[in-house]
Amino acid sequence: MPDTVLVPPDHTVPVAFTRAQLDWLPWLEPLMADAMTDRHMASLVDAARVKSPYFRLLARDPDALEARTRTDKDIFYNPDAGLPRAERELAAAATSRSNGCIYCASVHARHAATYSKREADVQRLLDDGVTADLGERWNAIVAASVALTATPITFGPEHVDRLRRSGLDDLAIADVIHAAAFFNWANRLMLSLGEPAAAAPA
Amino acid sequence: MSGTDTDVIDTLVGIAPGSPLDAIRARRPEARTQAQTSYRALFAPVVPGGVTAQERFAVGAFVTGLHGGAAIAAFYAAGLAASGASAALREAVDAAIAEARAQGPYGSYPAGPLSREDTAGPVYRAGANTRRVLGPRVAAAFEHMHLLVFHPRDAAPVGLQALLDAGWSTTDIVTLSQIAAFLSFQIRVVAGLRTLAGRS
Repeated sequence: MPDTVLVPPDHTVPVAFTRAQLDWLPWLEPLMADAMTDRHMASLVDAARVKSPYFRLLARDPDALEARTRTDKDIFYNPDAGLPRAERELAAAATSRSNGCIYCASVHARHAATYSKREADVQRLLDDGVTADLGERWNAIVAASVALTATPITFGPEHVDRLRRSGLDDLAIADVIHAAAFFNWANRLMLSLGEPAAAAPA
Repeated sequence: MSGTDTDVIDTLVGIAPGSPLDAIRARRPEARTQAQTSYRALFAPVVPGGVTAQERFAVGAFVTGLHGGAAIAAFYAAGLAASGASAALREAVDAAIAEARAQGPYGSYPAGPLSREDTAGPVYRAGANTRRVLGPRVAAAFEHMHLLVFHPRDAAPVGLQALLDAGWSTTDIVTLSQIAAFLSFQIRVVAGLRTLAGRS
Protein backbone atom coordinates (compact mmCIF):
# COMPACT_ATOMS: atom_id res chain seq x y z
CA MET A 1 0.00 0.00 0.00
CA PRO A 2 1.44 3.44 -0.86
CA ASP A 3 2.21 5.76 2.03
CA THR A 4 -0.43 8.36 2.85
CA VAL A 5 -0.71 11.34 5.14
CA LEU A 6 -2.56 10.93 8.42
CA VAL A 7 -5.72 12.83 9.26
CA PRO A 8 -5.47 13.81 12.94
CA PRO A 9 -8.46 13.01 15.14
CA ASP A 10 -10.75 15.85 16.23
CA HIS A 11 -8.84 18.12 18.56
CA THR A 12 -8.66 21.66 19.89
CA VAL A 13 -6.14 23.73 17.91
CA PRO A 14 -4.12 26.09 20.14
CA VAL A 15 -4.52 29.63 18.74
CA ALA A 16 -2.14 31.41 21.14
CA PHE A 17 1.30 30.81 22.59
CA THR A 18 1.00 29.12 25.96
CA ARG A 19 3.02 27.51 28.74
CA ALA A 20 0.35 24.82 29.05
CA GLN A 21 1.16 21.21 28.24
CA LEU A 22 0.23 20.44 24.60
CA ASP A 23 -0.07 17.23 22.63
CA TRP A 24 1.45 16.77 19.16
CA LEU A 25 -0.34 14.87 16.40
CA PRO A 26 1.68 13.46 13.48
CA TRP A 27 0.78 13.97 9.81
CA LEU A 28 2.91 10.97 8.76
CA GLU A 29 2.85 7.46 10.17
CA PRO A 30 5.28 6.93 13.06
CA LEU A 31 6.91 3.53 13.43
CA MET A 32 4.82 1.16 15.50
CA ALA A 33 6.55 0.59 18.83
CA ASP A 34 6.42 -3.19 18.53
CA ALA A 35 7.89 -3.07 15.01
CA MET A 36 10.98 -1.09 16.03
CA THR A 37 14.39 -2.76 15.73
CA ASP A 38 17.17 -2.44 18.29
CA ARG A 39 18.68 0.28 16.08
CA HIS A 40 15.42 2.23 16.09
CA MET A 41 15.15 1.91 19.86
CA ALA A 42 18.76 2.99 20.42
CA SER A 43 18.17 6.06 18.24
CA LEU A 44 15.66 7.35 20.80
CA VAL A 45 18.58 7.63 23.30
CA ASP A 46 16.00 7.93 26.09
CA ALA A 47 13.85 4.75 25.95
CA ALA A 48 10.79 6.51 27.41
CA ARG A 49 10.53 8.43 24.14
CA VAL A 50 9.03 5.33 22.53
CA LYS A 51 5.71 6.74 23.82
CA SER A 52 6.14 9.86 21.67
CA PRO A 53 4.77 9.75 18.10
CA TYR A 54 7.18 12.55 17.21
CA PHE A 55 10.25 10.51 18.14
CA ARG A 56 8.85 7.30 16.63
CA LEU A 57 8.35 9.20 13.36
CA LEU A 58 11.91 10.61 13.41
CA ALA A 59 13.20 7.10 14.25
CA ARG A 60 12.54 6.22 10.60
CA ASP A 61 16.00 7.78 10.04
CA PRO A 62 17.66 6.50 13.20
CA ASP A 63 21.19 7.77 12.60
CA ALA A 64 19.92 11.30 12.01
CA LEU A 65 17.66 11.14 15.08
CA GLU A 66 20.32 9.85 17.43
CA ALA A 67 22.88 12.48 16.42
CA ARG A 68 20.20 15.20 16.63
CA THR A 69 19.27 14.17 20.14
CA ARG A 70 22.84 13.98 21.40
CA THR A 71 23.56 17.44 19.93
CA ASP A 72 20.46 18.80 21.67
CA LYS A 73 21.36 17.34 25.07
CA ASP A 74 24.85 18.83 25.15
CA ILE A 75 23.71 22.29 24.04
CA PHE A 76 21.00 22.49 26.70
CA TYR A 77 22.13 20.25 29.56
CA ASN A 78 25.93 20.54 29.66
CA PRO A 79 26.44 22.13 33.09
CA ASP A 80 30.00 23.34 32.45
CA ALA A 81 29.80 27.15 32.82
CA GLY A 82 28.62 29.30 29.91
CA LEU A 83 25.00 30.44 29.71
CA PRO A 84 22.75 29.45 32.65
CA ARG A 85 20.19 26.78 31.74
CA ALA A 86 17.30 29.26 32.13
CA GLU A 87 18.77 31.50 29.44
CA ARG A 88 19.52 28.64 27.06
CA GLU A 89 15.81 27.84 27.37
CA LEU A 90 14.98 31.53 26.85
CA ALA A 91 16.89 31.46 23.54
CA ALA A 92 14.97 28.32 22.54
CA ALA A 93 11.64 29.90 23.45
CA ALA A 94 12.45 33.16 21.63
CA THR A 95 13.52 31.26 18.50
CA SER A 96 10.31 29.22 18.61
CA ARG A 97 8.25 32.41 19.13
CA SER A 98 9.92 33.98 16.09
CA ASN A 99 9.44 30.96 13.81
CA GLY A 100 5.91 30.48 15.12
CA CYS A 101 6.25 27.01 16.66
CA ILE A 102 3.52 27.03 19.30
CA TYR A 103 4.41 23.51 20.48
CA CYS A 104 8.18 24.11 20.89
CA ALA A 105 7.55 27.49 22.52
CA SER A 106 5.23 25.88 25.08
CA VAL A 107 7.86 23.36 26.21
CA HIS A 108 10.77 25.77 26.38
CA ALA A 109 8.81 28.67 27.87
CA ARG A 110 7.87 26.25 30.68
CA HIS A 111 11.53 25.33 31.15
CA ALA A 112 12.64 28.99 31.01
CA ALA A 113 10.04 29.91 33.64
CA THR A 114 10.96 26.96 35.85
CA TYR A 115 14.70 27.64 35.84
CA SER A 116 14.52 31.46 36.00
CA LYS A 117 11.46 31.85 38.29
CA ARG A 118 10.52 34.77 35.99
CA GLU A 119 7.11 33.47 34.90
CA ALA A 120 5.72 36.94 34.13
CA ASP A 121 8.62 37.83 31.82
CA VAL A 122 8.42 34.51 30.00
CA GLN A 123 4.67 34.95 29.59
CA ARG A 124 5.26 38.46 28.21
CA LEU A 125 7.53 36.96 25.54
CA LEU A 126 4.73 34.56 24.57
CA ASP A 127 1.94 37.15 24.70
CA ASP A 128 3.64 40.22 23.24
CA GLY A 129 6.26 38.57 21.06
CA VAL A 130 9.98 39.00 20.62
CA THR A 131 9.94 42.79 21.08
CA ALA A 132 8.57 42.55 24.64
CA ASP A 133 10.73 44.40 27.20
CA LEU A 134 12.20 41.72 29.49
CA GLY A 135 15.10 43.73 30.91
CA GLU A 136 18.33 44.41 29.03
CA ARG A 137 20.10 41.07 29.51
CA TRP A 138 17.10 39.04 28.37
CA ASN A 139 16.32 41.55 25.62
CA ALA A 140 19.87 41.05 24.31
CA ILE A 141 19.49 37.26 24.31
CA VAL A 142 16.10 37.43 22.59
CA ALA A 143 17.34 39.92 19.97
CA ALA A 144 20.37 37.74 19.20
CA SER A 145 18.16 34.64 18.88
CA VAL A 146 15.74 36.45 16.56
CA ALA A 147 18.57 37.79 14.39
CA LEU A 148 19.97 34.26 14.08
CA THR A 149 16.50 32.99 13.18
CA ALA A 150 15.97 35.43 10.31
CA THR A 151 16.68 34.08 6.82
CA PRO A 152 19.02 35.48 5.57
CA ILE A 153 20.61 35.71 9.03
CA THR A 154 20.88 39.24 10.43
CA PHE A 155 23.06 38.39 13.46
CA GLY A 156 26.04 40.73 13.47
CA PRO A 157 28.83 42.23 15.59
CA GLU A 158 26.32 44.55 17.28
CA HIS A 159 24.57 41.50 18.78
CA VAL A 160 27.84 40.12 20.13
CA ASP A 161 28.71 43.51 21.62
CA ARG A 162 25.30 43.86 23.26
CA LEU A 163 25.56 40.37 24.79
CA ARG A 164 29.02 41.24 26.14
CA ARG A 165 27.71 44.47 27.66
CA SER A 166 25.08 42.32 29.39
CA GLY A 167 27.81 40.27 31.02
CA LEU A 168 28.00 37.23 28.75
CA ASP A 169 31.46 35.80 28.12
CA ASP A 170 32.32 34.14 24.82
CA LEU A 171 31.32 30.65 25.99
CA ALA A 172 27.92 32.02 27.01
CA ILE A 173 27.56 33.81 23.67
CA ALA A 174 28.43 30.56 21.89
CA ASP A 175 25.69 28.91 23.97
CA VAL A 176 23.16 31.53 22.77
CA ILE A 177 24.24 30.85 19.18
CA HIS A 178 23.89 27.08 19.60
CA ALA A 179 20.57 27.23 21.44
CA ALA A 180 19.00 29.49 18.79
CA ALA A 181 20.55 27.49 15.96
CA PHE A 182 19.31 24.21 17.44
CA PHE A 183 15.75 25.49 17.67
CA ASN A 184 15.87 26.44 14.04
CA TRP A 185 16.40 22.70 13.56
CA ALA A 186 13.73 21.55 16.03
CA ASN A 187 11.05 24.09 15.02
CA ARG A 188 11.17 22.97 11.40
CA LEU A 189 10.58 19.32 12.29
CA MET A 190 7.81 20.03 14.79
CA LEU A 191 6.04 22.50 12.51
CA SER A 192 6.16 20.43 9.35
CA LEU A 193 5.57 16.83 10.41
CA GLY A 194 2.48 17.32 12.57
CA GLU A 195 0.54 19.83 14.63
CA PRO A 196 -0.09 20.78 18.26
CA ALA A 197 -3.31 20.04 20.08
CA ALA A 198 -4.59 21.25 23.41
CA ALA A 199 -4.11 18.39 25.85
CA ALA A 200 -7.24 16.33 26.36
CA PRO A 201 -8.71 16.75 29.86
CA ALA A 202 -7.43 13.98 32.11
CA MET B 1 33.41 13.07 -0.56
CA SER B 2 35.62 15.53 1.26
CA GLY B 3 34.24 16.59 4.60
CA THR B 4 33.35 13.19 5.97
CA ASP B 5 36.43 13.23 8.19
CA THR B 6 37.08 16.95 8.61
CA ASP B 7 34.71 18.81 10.94
CA VAL B 8 32.54 20.87 8.62
CA ILE B 9 31.67 23.61 11.11
CA ASP B 10 35.32 24.06 12.17
CA THR B 11 36.35 24.21 8.52
CA LEU B 12 33.69 26.72 7.48
CA VAL B 13 34.23 28.96 10.51
CA GLY B 14 38.01 28.69 10.09
CA ILE B 15 38.69 27.38 13.60
CA ALA B 16 42.37 26.58 14.02
CA PRO B 17 43.54 24.11 16.69
CA GLY B 18 44.44 26.02 19.86
CA SER B 19 42.43 29.11 18.91
CA PRO B 20 39.92 30.68 21.36
CA LEU B 21 36.96 29.25 19.43
CA ASP B 22 38.59 25.81 19.41
CA ALA B 23 38.67 26.02 23.22
CA ILE B 24 35.05 27.15 23.35
CA ARG B 25 33.85 24.32 21.12
CA ALA B 26 35.86 21.88 23.27
CA ARG B 27 33.70 22.84 26.28
CA ARG B 28 30.67 21.34 24.47
CA PRO B 29 32.44 18.26 23.07
CA GLU B 30 29.35 16.17 22.46
CA ALA B 31 27.58 18.98 20.59
CA ARG B 32 30.66 19.39 18.42
CA THR B 33 30.98 15.67 17.67
CA GLN B 34 27.29 15.01 17.18
CA ALA B 35 26.78 18.00 14.88
CA GLN B 36 29.39 16.39 12.64
CA THR B 37 27.79 12.95 13.11
CA SER B 38 24.51 14.52 12.00
CA TYR B 39 26.20 15.86 8.89
CA ARG B 40 27.55 12.39 8.09
CA ALA B 41 24.19 10.72 8.78
CA LEU B 42 22.48 13.04 6.31
CA PHE B 43 25.16 13.52 3.64
CA ALA B 44 27.30 10.37 3.83
CA PRO B 45 24.92 7.82 5.35
CA VAL B 46 26.00 4.25 5.99
CA VAL B 47 22.63 3.16 4.57
CA PRO B 48 21.64 5.49 1.70
CA GLY B 49 17.96 4.56 2.00
CA GLY B 50 15.56 6.06 -0.52
CA VAL B 51 17.34 9.39 -0.95
CA THR B 52 20.41 9.31 -3.23
CA ALA B 53 23.62 11.14 -2.46
CA GLN B 54 22.98 13.42 -5.42
CA GLU B 55 19.49 14.26 -4.13
CA ARG B 56 20.88 14.98 -0.66
CA PHE B 57 23.47 17.40 -2.02
CA ALA B 58 21.02 18.98 -4.46
CA VAL B 59 18.78 19.78 -1.48
CA GLY B 60 21.83 20.86 0.54
CA ALA B 61 22.99 23.22 -2.22
CA PHE B 62 19.48 24.64 -2.56
CA VAL B 63 18.89 25.18 1.18
CA THR B 64 22.30 26.74 1.81
CA GLY B 65 21.99 28.84 -1.36
CA LEU B 66 18.68 30.24 -0.10
CA HIS B 67 20.38 31.37 3.12
CA GLY B 68 22.96 33.36 1.18
CA GLY B 69 26.10 32.38 3.16
CA ALA B 70 28.73 32.10 0.43
CA ALA B 71 31.17 29.68 2.06
CA ILE B 72 28.65 27.09 3.21
CA ALA B 73 26.71 27.30 -0.06
CA ALA B 74 29.96 26.68 -1.94
CA PHE B 75 30.66 23.67 0.28
CA TYR B 76 27.35 21.99 -0.58
CA ALA B 77 27.59 23.01 -4.25
CA ALA B 78 30.97 21.26 -4.31
CA GLY B 79 29.32 18.21 -2.72
CA LEU B 80 26.71 18.23 -5.46
CA ALA B 81 29.40 18.36 -8.14
CA ALA B 82 31.30 15.54 -6.44
CA SER B 83 28.13 13.42 -6.39
CA GLY B 84 28.31 13.31 -10.20
CA ALA B 85 25.65 15.92 -10.91
CA SER B 86 25.62 17.11 -14.50
CA ALA B 87 26.38 20.73 -15.38
CA ALA B 88 22.73 21.07 -16.39
CA LEU B 89 21.53 19.92 -12.95
CA ARG B 90 23.95 22.22 -11.15
CA GLU B 91 22.75 25.13 -13.28
CA ALA B 92 19.14 24.21 -12.51
CA VAL B 93 19.89 24.24 -8.78
CA ASP B 94 21.42 27.71 -9.14
CA ALA B 95 18.40 28.82 -11.16
CA ALA B 96 16.06 27.46 -8.47
CA ILE B 97 17.96 29.41 -5.80
CA ALA B 98 17.60 32.60 -7.83
CA GLU B 99 13.87 31.94 -8.35
CA ALA B 100 13.17 31.08 -4.73
CA ARG B 101 15.03 33.69 -2.65
CA ALA B 102 12.88 35.35 0.01
CA GLN B 103 13.11 36.69 3.55
CA GLY B 104 11.80 34.69 6.48
CA PRO B 105 10.31 33.71 8.76
CA TYR B 106 6.82 34.55 7.50
CA GLY B 107 3.54 32.68 7.41
CA SER B 108 0.15 32.35 9.03
CA TYR B 109 -1.16 31.16 12.38
CA PRO B 110 -4.37 29.27 13.09
CA ALA B 111 -7.22 31.81 12.97
CA GLY B 112 -7.43 33.67 16.26
CA PRO B 113 -5.52 36.28 18.27
CA LEU B 114 -2.24 35.51 16.47
CA SER B 115 -3.76 36.27 13.07
CA ARG B 116 -2.63 39.89 13.49
CA GLU B 117 0.93 38.55 13.22
CA ASP B 118 0.25 36.76 9.92
CA THR B 119 2.88 37.80 7.40
CA ALA B 120 2.46 37.21 3.69
CA GLY B 121 5.25 35.81 1.55
CA PRO B 122 5.83 33.74 -1.56
CA VAL B 123 4.98 30.07 -2.03
CA TYR B 124 7.67 28.63 -4.25
CA ARG B 125 6.77 26.68 -7.36
CA ALA B 126 9.70 25.73 -9.58
CA GLY B 127 9.72 27.45 -12.96
CA ALA B 128 8.95 25.29 -15.98
CA ASN B 129 12.52 25.14 -17.21
CA THR B 130 13.94 24.47 -13.76
CA ARG B 131 11.37 21.74 -13.16
CA ARG B 132 12.16 20.08 -16.46
CA VAL B 133 15.84 19.69 -15.54
CA LEU B 134 15.31 18.84 -11.85
CA GLY B 135 12.55 16.34 -12.62
CA PRO B 136 9.26 16.23 -10.73
CA ARG B 137 10.71 14.40 -7.72
CA VAL B 138 13.50 16.87 -6.89
CA ALA B 139 11.30 19.83 -7.90
CA ALA B 140 8.70 18.73 -5.33
CA ALA B 141 11.44 18.41 -2.71
CA PHE B 142 12.72 21.93 -3.46
CA GLU B 143 9.22 23.39 -3.15
CA HIS B 144 8.87 21.81 0.28
CA MET B 145 12.40 22.81 1.32
CA HIS B 146 11.55 26.42 0.48
CA LEU B 147 8.61 26.24 2.87
CA LEU B 148 10.83 24.77 5.59
CA VAL B 149 13.47 27.46 5.10
CA PHE B 150 11.27 30.56 4.91
CA HIS B 151 7.78 29.87 6.23
CA PRO B 152 7.65 26.64 8.22
CA ARG B 153 4.57 27.72 10.16
CA ASP B 154 2.58 27.41 6.90
CA ALA B 155 3.25 23.65 6.78
CA ALA B 156 0.19 21.45 6.22
CA PRO B 157 -0.51 17.82 5.32
CA VAL B 158 -1.17 18.81 1.69
CA GLY B 159 2.53 19.62 1.29
CA LEU B 160 3.51 16.17 2.54
CA GLN B 161 0.97 14.61 0.19
CA ALA B 162 2.65 16.44 -2.71
CA LEU B 163 5.94 14.79 -1.75
CA LEU B 164 4.31 11.36 -1.53
CA ASP B 165 2.70 11.96 -4.93
CA ALA B 166 6.12 12.85 -6.37
CA GLY B 167 7.44 9.45 -5.30
CA TRP B 168 9.03 10.09 -1.91
CA SER B 169 8.20 7.61 0.87
CA THR B 170 7.30 8.57 4.43
CA THR B 171 10.82 7.64 5.53
CA ASP B 172 12.33 9.67 2.68
CA ILE B 173 10.30 12.70 3.83
CA VAL B 174 11.70 12.32 7.35
CA THR B 175 15.21 12.34 5.87
CA LEU B 176 14.53 15.35 3.61
CA SER B 177 13.01 17.24 6.55
CA GLN B 178 16.03 16.43 8.70
CA ILE B 179 18.34 17.69 5.95
CA ALA B 180 16.60 21.08 5.74
CA ALA B 181 16.24 21.34 9.51
CA PHE B 182 19.83 20.28 10.26
CA LEU B 183 21.20 22.72 7.69
CA SER B 184 19.17 25.49 9.31
CA PHE B 185 21.21 24.69 12.45
CA GLN B 186 24.60 24.20 10.81
CA ILE B 187 24.30 27.42 8.78
CA ARG B 188 23.49 29.41 11.93
CA VAL B 189 26.27 27.92 14.03
CA VAL B 190 28.74 28.77 11.26
CA ALA B 191 27.38 32.31 10.83
CA GLY B 192 27.20 32.94 14.57
CA LEU B 193 30.67 31.63 15.38
CA ARG B 194 32.23 33.52 12.45
CA THR B 195 30.70 36.71 13.79
CA LEU B 196 31.93 35.91 17.31
CA ALA B 197 35.44 35.19 16.00
CA GLY B 198 35.40 38.53 14.18
CA ARG B 199 34.83 40.37 17.49
CA SER B 200 37.68 38.78 19.47
